[in-house]
Amino acid sequence: MNVAIIKYNAGNIYSVDYALKRLGITPRITADAEELRAADKVIFPGVGEASTTMNYLREHGLDEVIRSLRQPVLGICLGMQLLCRASEEGDTECLGIFDTEVKRFVARKHEDKIPHMGWNTITEVQDGLFTPAEEGQFVYFVHSFYVPKNPWTAATTDYILPFSAALHRDNFYATQFHPEKSGSVGERILKNFLTL
Amino acid sequence: MDIKDGKTVKGINFVNFRDAGDPVELGAAYSRAGADELVYLDITASHEGRKTFTELVKQVAANISIPFTVGGGINEMKDVERLLGAGADKVSINSAAIRNPQLIDEIARNFGVQVCVVAIDANYENGEWICYLNGGRIPTERRLFDWASEAESRGAGEILFTSMTHDGVKEGYPNEALATLADRLHIPIIASGGAGKKEHFRDAFTLGKADAALAASVFHFGEIRIDELKAYLRQEGINVRI
Repeated sequence: MNVAIIKYNAGNIYSVDYALKRLGITPRITADAEELRAADKVIFPGVGEASTTMNYLREHGLDEVIRSLRQPVLGICLGMQLLCRASEEGDTECLGIFDTEVKRFVARKHEDKIPHMGWNTITEVQDGLFTPAEEGQFVYFVHSFYVPKNPWTAATTDYILPFSAALHRDNFYATQFHPEKSGSVGERILKNFLTL
Repeated sequence: MDIKDGKTVKGINFVNFRDAGDPVELGAAYSRAGADELVYLDITASHEGRKTFTELVKQVAANISIPFTVGGGINEMKDVERLLGAGADKVSINSAAIRNPQLIDEIARNFGVQVCVVAIDANYENGEWICYLNGGRIPTERRLFDWASEAESRGAGEILFTSMTHDGVKEGYPNEALATLADRLHIPIIASGGAGKKEHFRDAFTLGKADAALAASVFHFGEIRIDELKAYLRQEGINVRI
């Protein structure tokens, strides 16, 4: 299978690369439009700041490439947030695949620590990226911004408030958590994506 | 896991090392057993040792699917870049942060607060928590609570607090100091040093209000099994990943 990882100035590209290699797949890490369009699956990872990253994507024409993809695409963490319409981080206009806004977490009590960092459970998981086996399982999160629940929510996590742990619309899939750092559960979710 | 020349060792009160196995194998075994995160600490000071450690970090990143933090020998941004580039999720800085607190700001600004763990070794002396440098060898003017607050305001994402008074003694974590940290700060506090039995972990979470607990020798030498520990903690009403 031909899997491409979108190459840009993101922090976790190599963790995703390693995770796929553990599943026996050697992905192509590329920013080339033709290579991305030709891939069977495309992964859009992301760790970083929204406005800087969107500027980078626009400067390299990757915004249009991502919007034009027709094969299954998986956005991870910042990758998921950038697939939304806009983000409060840096007041950024994003890619608009999911017509919803990314919000900043606001603590309600002293124990609410931001970023939301660590293991938490996913519930109300939807078919596609998930199977019922993933319902209630722990996955690994690191984020200060969140996507509220919306019509494309494909899994829910409760931290300060219930938010979208995953999204799905047409060929676009996304997770707020890091499947590449979520142990055996994360490996299963990546496998689910690869078999779509 | 404390790493010297590419191998895992564990100190008892910071001296007298005992061998506890291969770091990648051990990490993979802990990941399977249910550890939530791993910490690898490079205790070799030599240039050669650092190269070995960087290679080890790459091996860990390639083979293990849970987050891991690395520390030891980090003095400047170049070291941080080298270790994150090798695949570490977070870096832990200790003496370098006390010598040059600006390093915390730089790491947070360049890589985000989630990457920056500030480790503090402190000893309880005459009613005060004194911060130490160089693996607990050199006392400083810094006091635990003030230093932890400053680290937070500079951009530390987590505080890893090791009580030298409790480390290796196996009589429990410093719960009172942990609770004070939890009350004063808004970032996660990791309790480190002192666990000897399951109840100690429970107390770190309940009395100490810690967000995470770190232990080494009780796991390395099989005195406590992680799966049994987590089952126990859940039974005690603490929300842990199983």
